[in-house]
Amino acid sequence: MSKIEAQHVDFHYGSFHALKDINMSIKEHEVVAFIGPSGCGKSTFLRLFNRMNDLIPDTRLDGQITIDGQNIYDRSVNVDELRKNVGMVFQRPNPFPKSIYENVAYGLRVNGIKDEAFIAEMVEESLRGAALWDEVKDKLKKSAYALSGGQQQRLCIARAMAVSPSVLLMDEPASALDPISTAKVEELIHEIKKDYTIIIVTHNMQQATRVSDKTAFFYLGQLIEYDNTNKIFTNPSKEETQNYITGRFG
Amino acid sequence: MVKFVDEELVKIRKEILDMWTLVYDQMRNVCEAIPTSEKEKAWDVLIREKRVNASELKLDCDVEDFLVLYNPVAIDLRFALAMLKINTDLERIGDFAENIARFIIKQDGKHIDPELLKRIRLQEMVDGVLDMLVTSRLALEKEDISMANSLFEKDNLLDEINAAATDVLAEYAKEHPDKVAFCIDFKGVFLRLERTGDHITNLAEEIVFYIDAEVLKHSSDKTKMQMAIASRMKEGQN
Repeated sequence: MSKIEAQHVDFHYGSFHALKDINMSIKEHEVVAFIGPSGCGKSTFLRLFNRMNDLIPDTRLDGQITIDGQNIYDRSVNVDELRKNVGMVFQRPNPFPKSIYENVAYGLRVNGIKDEAFIAEMVEESLRGAALWDEVKDKLKKSAYALSGGQQQRLCIARAMAVSPSVLLMDEPASALDPISTAKVEELIHEIKKDYTIIIVTHNMQQATRVSDKTAFFYLGQLIEYDNTNKIFTNPSKEETQNYITGRFG
Repeated sequence: MVKFVDEELVKIRKEILDMWTLVYDQMRNVCEAIPTSEKEKAWDVLIREKRVNASELKLDCDVEDFLVLYNPVAIDLRFALAMLKINTDLERIGDFAENIARFIIKQDGKHIDPELLKRIRLQEMVDGVLDMLVTSRLALEKEDISMANSLFEKDNLLDEINAAATDVLAEYAKEHPDKVAFCIDFKGVFLRLERTGDHITNLAEEIVFYIDAEVLKHSSDKTKMQMAIASRMKEGQN
């Protein structure tokens, strides 16, 4: 069974038809990269998986998105619970103005967990999972802003991991990072995929080839091609995909 | 359109087509020199072999640079990979021309018996090899898969002539016991021409891979023949 299933998804911002009849199936522990030119709808589609678009006024969704067989837009779904299960990492690292420790503990505290021993255990586990523990274990009480950009981004990944999600959404997570920090984030994705289903939006073709199992190419709100990453980058089925990935677009 | 990537692709394509022409000239010159054992032509081939090797090295470097600097994907990646392999095959064909040139020099100007040349079907073999070299070059230039597929069928003729050459030469050696060593060497020429045919089918496989992403390497002769027949039928329809 698929972990995530999108069926006939249409999305409108007011009168603008941003996503057109998208169908996609994502297996558990798969890394899927969304690629396409700016404005093609890939980030809009990504944000549907944890209902981030609910916060934007005058939007409309048609079709169905299920995670573990549950329609996430069903009235019975608790959005906070959904976002606990579907974590998100953004383009720019956005740590809270708190200590490194409190950044990771934040999600647990707002979910009502008060057991300090458990929180400390989860903070360490998450920081280890995000390959950051060795770099910060001696300065957990220092401000998160004291970390480098790459470390801040891994801290945000650790923060997302602390509440034990099963899906991680990443919206251009390395676009603001230098090559070394980018490599660390990519390595991290590779390591944590055994525990998570990951969807990553990226403009970096090489990043898509390095980290993802499958790639989806979007253009003008349509899903043009969705296939194994090696197939997309060696022999895409659609001419539009080939033109985009070889830089001959338009 | 990314103009600078296309400029690189055009440059590499021109280099490989030039290499093809160079190797074709080498093969044509050396084949023309066989019947009369023209030493001068053979020496020219030996001298020009250095150019073949130099072209191979330059192309290798240029394709490697392209891979590193442009990170090609899809059809551009297949093009670069195919050109690397085509380059190696063309260089090997150049080596065969060199080997045949050495055979000619060894004959020291002695003409080969015209009756033997007729029986052994040298001209047919040479025409087959040169035609395949021209066709394969055109197939890349025009990106024509039918043309590339037609080469698999053409190679069968070379295999057949080479197989028959063994009996012809064995018989000739019996009739002319003083020519046994020559017959063994001459068989080597046929072997090299036949191997040239094999390398040209490799070129065809790489052209098909580049254009269609179809891997024909190690596929059965039957599959290749089916493709050749399909390409013939397509030509008929056109």
